[in-house]
Amino acid sequence: MRLRQTLKVVWANIIGNRMRSFLTMLGMIIGVASVIILVSLMQSFYDSIISSYADMGINNIDVNLMGRNGNLIITESDMYKYAREHSDAIKGVAPNVAVSGTLSKNGEIEEYSSIKGIDENYIKLYNKEIQEGHNITYSDILVRQKVCIIGSYINQKFFEGNAKIGDSVRLNGEEFIIAGILTQISDSSQWSSDNCFYLPYTTAMRLSGMGSVSSYSLYVVNSELVSSETTALQKYLFNTYHDSDAYKVTNLMQMLKESNAQMSILTSVIAGIAGISLVVAGIGIMNIMLVSVSERTREIGIRKSLGAKHKDIMRQFVLEAGVTSTMGGLLGILLGSIVTIKAGDLLKLKAMPNLNTVLVAFCISVGIGILFGYLPARKAAKLNPIDALRSE
Amino acid sequence: MEREKLIELIDVSKIYHVGDSEIAANNEIDITIYKGEMVAIVGKSGSGKSTVMNIIGALDTPTSGQYFLEGRDVSKLKGDDLAEIRNKLIGFIFQQYNLLPKQNILDNVGLPLMYARVGERERKKRSMEVLKKVGLDKKYLNLPTQLSGGQQQRVSIARALVGRPSLILADEPTGALDSKTSREVLDLLHQLHKEGNTIILITHDSSIASEAERIIKIADGTVISDTDVKEFKNEIKTNTESSMG
Repeated sequence: MRLRQTLKVVWANIIGNRMRSFLTMLGMIIGVASVIILVSLMQSFYDSIISSYADMGINNIDVNLMGRNGNLIITESDMYKYAREHSDAIKGVAPNVAVSGTLSKNGEIEEYSSIKGIDENYIKLYNKEIQEGHNITYSDILVRQKVCIIGSYINQKFFEGNAKIGDSVRLNGEEFIIAGILTQISDSSQWSSDNCFYLPYTTAMRLSGMGSVSSYSLYVVNSELVSSETTALQKYLFNTYHDSDAYKVTNLMQMLKESNAQMSILTSVIAGIAGISLVVAGIGIMNIMLVSVSERTREIGIRKSLGAKHKDIMRQFVLEAGVTSTMGGLLGILLGSIVTIKAGDLLKLKAMPNLNTVLVAFCISVGIGILFGYLPARKAAKLNPIDALRSE
Repeated sequence: MEREKLIELIDVSKIYHVGDSEIAANNEIDITIYKGEMVAIVGKSGSGKSTVMNIIGALDTPTSGQYFLEGRDVSKLKGDDLAEIRNKLIGFIFQQYNLLPKQNILDNVGLPLMYARVGERERKKRSMEVLKKVGLDKKYLNLPTQLSGGQQQRVSIARALVGRPSLILADEPTGALDSKTSREVLDLLHQLHKEGNTIILITHDSSIASEAERIIKIADGTVISDTDVKEFKNEIKTNTESSMG
């Protein structure tokens, strides 16, 4: 029997038992839809994380110097010099000095914040924008001025959004004059990047009792150069220290790659769990096909008596399972795509069905139909025509 | 002119194994049927006639002995080779018609051609030809359930004819029909015989068997008589008279 004729027979059987065919497909529809929804939403969630990381600057290389035997060797001027020598790839370098402590206003409201000592380049390098006032100046750094730049969260918390240049905030009891207020970049909540407090890095060094700067951020002109510049910097530092434990060079791209790998594992696990439902759907198809073979024993007997060969019967039943499963897969893709887009709207994610997942889910649905249709088909093909003709 | 053999059963036995015991359904049967004959194989229920029919119809193979169909030994064939023989050389007519209920009668008639890999156009053309022959060409789109029993049996006859087989094997072809419709079906079989087809009727009914030109009686798995219709009718007459005293 030719393939087109077999498909015609198969289609007639599927249409002839609409309700049963639909219920058989249902497992596959739900299985395929859940794989698509879960993987696509995970992907969209990951994309949104990437996008928020990008706001933080994917062009940065962070350097932490631990030094050798307590001696850092490399100073701020060495780092500035390194940046100047690589100015074709490195746009600038900014020292990072973290200060631990609490902020307060008039000794009443206390708040923890990201308190960081910076230089005059930092704000520009990290794509931040001063909404009001001015940046920290070179002279502020030279004289260890007690000035600060605050994020919109601090403005909101201490001044109800009405902070003015010249107002003051206390850090660990010391008064700092507000020189600039940053434009809000996130949702101005406590855990957002709007909760920040910047002061001249020399002032920060004094507050934290440090004699030298141990952390720098280098801004690379192009994100594609981040990897090669990281390697170049590592080489420079190794040639200085001859000990790879004396420094640590990281970049956001690298972190993203690591988190991408973790996310891929998580996505695979979730897809695997959803994939189990595809196997269950396959077992459902096999079950119905076995019932179908039992019910259609006489039909198989008639076909065999008229000359149907083993492969003709096999092909008919395998194709019936395959077509049922494929239709279930296609409906699952449709359902999964609609739900993904709607769920994305609800979760405020730019969620779109992942094309690779759609293709893989479709192929699996076809494969499972054929695989799980094989056993019932073999049972049908092996029926003795005499016994099959006698069945009611 | 020497007649050409179509079927030759030589010492054919069929033994079924039930548990540890053996049951012989047929025992060393010898039957020869020539091309163009209309033969009835008659016997009571349990006589072994169905087993003979299954072997002649290539639905089963003998445990021992040889079966030649058109000179080819088919007694040792299996699975797909037997399917090929059924498809090319044999047209079945069943008591219960055995039509596929969800396919129209044109598709039902075309089934043997479909398994013979005949293209759709040719299949439809030949199916329509045989439907016309049995007088059902105008109902080709009907489902079997929309036809009467007699019409369904005529569809079954059309399906048996469509592949132009060497042998038409009719198993109790009138068993499910009333006497008037039975007559119509038998007349159709006579017409096919006149056209040169070889027909074997399998029946338990002597009156149906006497429609054939030659009657082979089977009892207890063996051939007990092989006579022409005249002798068979005389035998029935004698038996009836003796039983009436």
